[in-house]
Amino acid sequence: MIQLTTNPIDATSLLTAAQQPAAGAVVLFLGITREMTGDVQTAALNYEAHAALAEAELSRLEQTARERWPLVECAIVHRLGLVPLTEASVAVVASSPHREAALAAAKWLIDELKTTVPIWKQEIGPTGATSWVHPEALLPEEWTL
Amino acid sequence: MTITVQLFAAARELAGAGEVTVEAPAGVTVRGVREALAIQHPKLSGLAQRSRFATDREFLPDDAPLPRDGKLALIPPVSGG
Repeated sequence: MIQLTTNPIDATSLLTAAQQPAAGAVVLFLGITREMTGDVQTAALNYEAHAALAEAELSRLEQTARERWPLVECAIVHRLGLVPLTEASVAVVASSPHREAALAAAKWLIDELKTTVPIWKQEIGPTGATSWVHPEALLPEEWTL
Repeated sequence: MTITVQLFAAARELAGAGEVTVEAPAGVTVRGVREALAIQHPKLSGLAQRSRFATDREFLPDDAPLPRDGKLALIPPVSGG
């Protein structure tokens, strides 16, 4: 299950959906809005997406994870718009018969999401100043000039 | 031909618009659109060098032909999560 939403993420319902008889392990990852990054203070984060492409990419991630690991449930939910301190911007839930698969799949899913899915965060500071975050990561060779 | 490039995040704010148009010859590749975008919209040239192009369904490599509908999205380095 994948979802983009402007509402707060209900992690409890995601966990409930993952707790099925075939599962012996459930892993939940939440990414939440942190106040301090080094010396920089954050009041809230604001997220924007290319929604159609982000949904297509999230579906591909779920499909790939299900091919690589024997998952019972696999859910990726990303919140868009304003996300206040301590609230979740992203949730990944994986359940599997044994813990290794759920742990590995959840880590792989959040790592991939952060590098490939077209979603962007904007830092909002205590004075209301805003700045978009565009990591300086090196581009893969196949799409550099 | 006229190509419509959809913009997001810092690219949208730099351009002051959700999309811009780019003029390029018919048969242009994604690489050609990137080069034309940088020349015709100088404010976007820096970010365009670090961005990918995509349709609503998939990312496109630089040697891909322009989609038939002439619409692309500029995808700056992502920062979700």
